[in-house]
Amino acid sequence: MIVADSKVLLEVRGLCASVNGTEVLKGLDLTVRSGEVHAIMGPNGSGKSTFAKVLAGHKAYEVTGGSVLFQGQNLFTLEPEERARAGIFLAFQYPIEIPGVGNGQFLRLAYNTLQTQRGKEELDPLEFDDFVREKMKLLEMNPDFLDRSVNEGFSGGEKKRNEILQMAMLEPRLAILDETDSGLDIDALRIVAQGVNHLTNKDNATIMVTHYQRLLNYIVPDFVHVMEAGRITKSGGKELALELEARGYDWIESPIPTSSARIAA
Amino acid sequence: MSNVASLMSANNFLANLQAGYPAFPVSPAAYFNSLRAAALERVNALTVPTTRDEEWRFTDISLLTKLAFQPAATSSNLHLAEIENFFITESHTRLVFIDGVYAAHLSQIDTVSGVFVANLASALITHATAIEAHFGQLAEFKNNVFSALNTAHMKDGALILLSRDTVVAQPIHVLQIATQKNGVSHPRCFIRAETGSQATIVEDYVSLQDEAYFTNTVSEISLADNAHVHHVRVQREGAQAFHIANCAVTLARGSNYQSVSVAMGARISRYNLNVLQAAEAGQCTVDGLALIGGRQLADTHTCIDHAQPYGISRQLHKCIVGGGAHAVFNGKIMVRQGAQRTDSQQTNRNLLLSNRAQVDTKPQLEIFADDVKCTHGATVSQLDGEEVFYLQSRGLSDMAARNLLTYAFGAEILERIPVPSLKRELEYAMLKQAGLEQTTLEIR
Repeated sequence: MIVADSKVLLEVRGLCASVNGTEVLKGLDLTVRSGEVHAIMGPNGSGKSTFAKVLAGHKAYEVTGGSVLFQGQNLFTLEPEERARAGIFLAFQYPIEIPGVGNGQFLRLAYNTLQTQRGKEELDPLEFDDFVREKMKLLEMNPDFLDRSVNEGFSGGEKKRNEILQMAMLEPRLAILDETDSGLDIDALRIVAQGVNHLTNKDNATIMVTHYQRLLNYIVPDFVHVMEAGRITKSGGKELALELEARGYDWIESPIPTSSARIAA
Repeated sequence: MSNVASLMSANNFLANLQAGYPAFPVSPAAYFNSLRAAALERVNALTVPTTRDEEWRFTDISLLTKLAFQPAATSSNLHLAEIENFFITESHTRLVFIDGVYAAHLSQIDTVSGVFVANLASALITHATAIEAHFGQLAEFKNNVFSALNTAHMKDGALILLSRDTVVAQPIHVLQIATQKNGVSHPRCFIRAETGSQATIVEDYVSLQDEAYFTNTVSEISLADNAHVHHVRVQREGAQAFHIANCAVTLARGSNYQSVSVAMGARISRYNLNVLQAAEAGQCTVDGLALIGGRQLADTHTCIDHAQPYGISRQLHKCIVGGGAHAVFNGKIMVRQGAQRTDSQQTNRNLLLSNRAQVDTKPQLEIFADDVKCTHGATVSQLDGEEVFYLQSRGLSDMAARNLLTYAFGAEILERIPVPSLKRELEYAMLKQAGLEQTTLEIR
């Protein structure tokens, strides 16, 4: 929702980043205010996922230029866990499997770690169990998932639901959903979207990174941005997504020569 | 040190070790005396292995052979309160040995019909038939100097006899406590499980001191038809200890041997486990975890010998190696001619926590039958950067993330210990080793 005079949560200016020496982000600008839902769309290789990982602090991505302020704070001075504690949450495109660590155990550890950091009370195992089961209902998840190892043997849809479950528990200020729709059937997509919609409010914001318009039928964005060759080349309202779906990405006039865009892709 | 000099030093080591035993202790049991005499003869004929022996290629024990050890003094005035923290809640029967010597006042034997638990020395005559039939015959000592040394010089041992169809619900705890600096002990354990019997046995090596000492232990486990033995072996010796262990197991038809061995103590440790499927349809699960750091060396040598058809074996061995520690795994699977329909799986996974940590792994399959299913695999890895990032992105510090992943890697083995309190204790020890106890992680 667009809220008048709401605070700027995230301010990205001229962000450049490279991975293994290849520049992937080339001067990205984006402003996200609290309450807003942004969708970043673009062809494969345009740098969408890189942007998501740079925001979360993945070490493999080297920031080579520009700035990112999160609630006025320079994000690049923070370690990944400090960003999480500050309120950034990345829902992974490919959630990691961790054999040997019980999912319930992991969820409680993550929850209590953030609670402590935020100066709030930890939940003991029984309290946490009630709390997490309540959240699981939102995502129509079977409590059995608490007893299994983190994401191990989960289907694609189950992994994504488990990501949104973590989002529901950790209550981030800024949620970044990296290709959350990929590999989901319509039912799973509906449940995941319903979960996300339930969690959005006027004090937080969501950035959805997606290749397809489909997800945007369920989570309606306030802004749609088209990313190409490492920067945002066009921004608009939700109708831009429909136009992209109908016409593809080629019609957008890129300020960058097509040849270099191909190289980056 | 030159080869010749090291060989001399090694042989001096054997001579010195034996010099501590002035008079050959004579037992009233003739079979026992002849076994000892045969073993002594082998000790005198054999030499201490060096890295030039294929079986000891990766494990240099010259540190051990440079030292002199004395047989531990026999009297112990330890009180129950001093060792209580080693006890296992679930266990109603506990045999305690101090430096290889039986401590009746610290032991507890719950009388269960069909089970005979005692110290070996007290039963050599009364239970001669049961002992003589297998004792000293499973653990080969003709070519194994440590096994021979043990057989020649053992002071006492644990004896567990399970009668036909007896099922023991509570684990039987054999607790070996080292207390003496520069002491050498030769602990022994003999288990015979008659047809259809079932039990869980915990063999536990602990220490009350951190100076150098030498534990040279031998265990023999004989399973009759359809017997089922869970064998949990915990090696948590002192930091400067030397621990050399030989364990031999034979399986009769349809019997099942499940073992979990954990090695976390000692400066240098070596565990040889030989499991012989001597009759059809034997089953064994041989799991292990070495969790070492600093300058520790832990070597696990296993041999699963499928000598008859329809045998099943499963093995998962893991090593977590930190600091400048060195882990060795040699896993031999033998499938003999005629052992058709053998079904064997072996997996070895190693986690290196530092750049100086080292692991040598050698899976060894020798298959002489043509209708078998045998798989094996070994991996050596470091913690996965993506896994660490995932946990960090959920608020865990880099250190907490690494510790949690390390813990999870080892927990897969500890999960298989069928004694809940021991499992919890070892999980806690692992958390402590991983520096994770400060976090809010609760053990299930």
